[in-house]
Amino acid sequence: MSINIIGAGLAGLSAALTLAEQNIPCNLVSYAQSERSQSVMAEGGINAALDTSGEQDTVEEHYADTLKGGVYLADENAVWGLCSHAPEIVTKLDRLGVPFSHNDRGIVQRYFGGQKKKRTAYVKASTGKMLVTALIDEVRKYEVKGLITRYPRHRFVQLVLDDGTCKGVRIADRFTGEPTVLPGSVIIACGGMAGLFDGMTTGSTHNTSDAVATLFSQGVELSNLEFVQYHPTTIGISGKRLLISEAARGEGGRLFVRRNGEPWYFMEEKYPELKNLMPRDVVSAEMVAVTARDDCETQVYLDMTGIDKKVWKSRLSDLGDQCIHYIAVDPIKEPIPVSPGIHYFMGGIRVDEKHRTNIDDLFAAGECACQYHGANRLGGNSLLGAIYGGRVAAQSAMEKAGDEHIKAEVPYQTKTDHYEVSPALAERISAVLYRSLPIMRNEADMAAAQQELNAMLTPDLNEAEKRRLYLALAMVRSAINRKESRGAHKRTDYPERDDTNYRKQSVVSFKDGQIILTLSDIPERRTK
Amino acid sequence: MNYTIDILRQENRVAQPYRQTVHFATDDAEMTVATLLKTLNATPDLTDTDGKAVSEIEWECSCLQKKCGACAMRINKKPQLACDTKLGEFKDGKISLEPLKKFPVIADLIVDRSVMFENLKNIGLWLEKEARHTKKGEDVAYEASRCLQCGCCLEVCPNFIPGEDFYSAASFVPSGRVLSELPKKDKADILNSYVDKIYKGCGKSLSCRDICPAQIDIEHLLVNNNAVAVWKRFLK
Repeated sequence: MSINIIGAGLAGLSAALTLAEQNIPCNLVSYAQSERSQSVMAEGGINAALDTSGEQDTVEEHYADTLKGGVYLADENAVWGLCSHAPEIVTKLDRLGVPFSHNDRGIVQRYFGGQKKKRTAYVKASTGKMLVTALIDEVRKYEVKGLITRYPRHRFVQLVLDDGTCKGVRIADRFTGEPTVLPGSVIIACGGMAGLFDGMTTGSTHNTSDAVATLFSQGVELSNLEFVQYHPTTIGISGKRLLISEAARGEGGRLFVRRNGEPWYFMEEKYPELKNLMPRDVVSAEMVAVTARDDCETQVYLDMTGIDKKVWKSRLSDLGDQCIHYIAVDPIKEPIPVSPGIHYFMGGIRVDEKHRTNIDDLFAAGECACQYHGANRLGGNSLLGAIYGGRVAAQSAMEKAGDEHIKAEVPYQTKTDHYEVSPALAERISAVLYRSLPIMRNEADMAAAQQELNAMLTPDLNEAEKRRLYLALAMVRSAINRKESRGAHKRTDYPERDDTNYRKQSVVSFKDGQIILTLSDIPERRTK
Repeated sequence: MNYTIDILRQENRVAQPYRQTVHFATDDAEMTVATLLKTLNATPDLTDTDGKAVSEIEWECSCLQKKCGACAMRINKKPQLACDTKLGEFKDGKISLEPLKKFPVIADLIVDRSVMFENLKNIGLWLEKEARHTKKGEDVAYEASRCLQCGCCLEVCPNFIPGEDFYSAASFVPSGRVLSELPKKDKADILNSYVDKIYKGCGKSLSCRDICPAQIDIEHLLVNNNAVAVWKRFLK
């Protein structure tokens, strides 16, 4: 039995741990050590209906909020699995030593976007880093026992496929190029596609999108690529967007724009119930709308000056330090300028409820997989989705791993040429995507982008460059194909939601050099 | 502002190192060394001050906001993160970039920090039992969990020599979490290795405290760890 995990962020760590706890060995392959993964950058928290705030929170409400936040595009069975396992997952993280705050009821939770109850467990605004640290330590235990074998500093090369089945994975040392073929089933946990918007996201530079582009070229289906999350509160710093955690608003931060010279707390006026904590797609679209008005200035501010000093010290000290360090503004004393920035990819590798892809014995989990978040992800659900998804993928791989055919020999182990996307082309692709896939989209801009990307597909490109262009094209064409507005995909030319025609999953595949688009029904909810 | 950037280069693990100097002009004092390196690598036909072609400068980064520790290097001889160092700091326009010295060079500014991760295995840094949470323990565990494993502390530690018995701050900082969360009777293994691999070798120079890019309260963690592991003053 052999299971290989590509990526050692939270989803990969979770998958490895799930296997090790069942005494099943695995290989954990990663471009860099887990400390460098994008998961460490997650800030605000992880959702679970623990009901430690006396608000009678329930799994049903977490489930309902997640589906509503995703504008009813997520697989309801999968979301139920996610939400119903969340309390047990967070409790386990607590036992693994994540330093959550506690009170006499248990783990303290905070408010977060799109949820009416305090459901987000946190460690200041460094939750991702704390979770990763605890899981690294736990995985280390099994490394020493010989159950988990790490391959750090390795890049994914391609799957070994045989007649539609995944037989293993080819990897190579990043520096020597030394190839290794790892036979067995494969769990992809390679992170989101930040590299498609190079330098324009809050994400890691390691998440180039190249692994997903390679998988796409090998016949792996992708889904819902048009749903790209713009987080409402980011700041441009050298080389990237800096995230200002949703925890800022969860703890009382308020968004305003100056209208006729006076602060206008537009979210509070327009959404009296959830106010500044509407789902991210709604907040970002409102920020675009108010800054476009003639009577408003073009800059939105996040006002955290009303937050209690004790809250700053115990829950947001790291966020405060970050603002002072990067933009030289002390948010305790004055509002900070914020604008929406690309933060998360709801779309990715198409998986079913069990995290199976369209290729036998190939699984995917974490941000690279399209699951749980529908058209818009709620804050606090990504850490949960990574850990739960990694676990489910590992369980599914275990179910299949006894099959004889996986033990078949993998045929070859040769060094192949390695290509990378040139910085110049990466920049051109990013510029086209950024221009054509803003918060408010339209057909003309997207059609122009499709033309531009097609024109870039010239014979002199290397294989990696072609693959990235095909992935970019798949994203733009998925966006053109969805002629409605839903969640993070908002169109000025189709402003309404159209459930009849588009409450469906976009599916994109690559065959014989052609990108094929279809819409697929969302699985029916089973009765509980 | 015109910058002169002197880079210590080395093609691979066994190649001879050499120096290469490039000029770069920008008025952006907020630009980080990380963005500078990215920009240089994206410059077509980049040449050095002798007119020779400059091949891609190998360096590592991931988060670009001092959360991952990937881009640690010696910048004007001081170990720090490239993403946390702004060009405006170099008033005379002179910047020298070198790989960390205590680790084997893989290529240019990338070093092999495997020893740090091996050391964490050797001291047995994991929980054998369920964590026990206390208010004080939470604060210690938080601070300890922030360690980036960047290696800057090892670079300046007068007592740390890779491959030798003293593991230094990159091991004792993360140890703080496990030491604070394990009940007394379950600490035995890590306590033994702590005394051997950390307490005995530390000369208390605390150079690690001053260099840590995450500004972890290393002194506090060291005092706390020693109290638990050496002086047996177990946290309540």
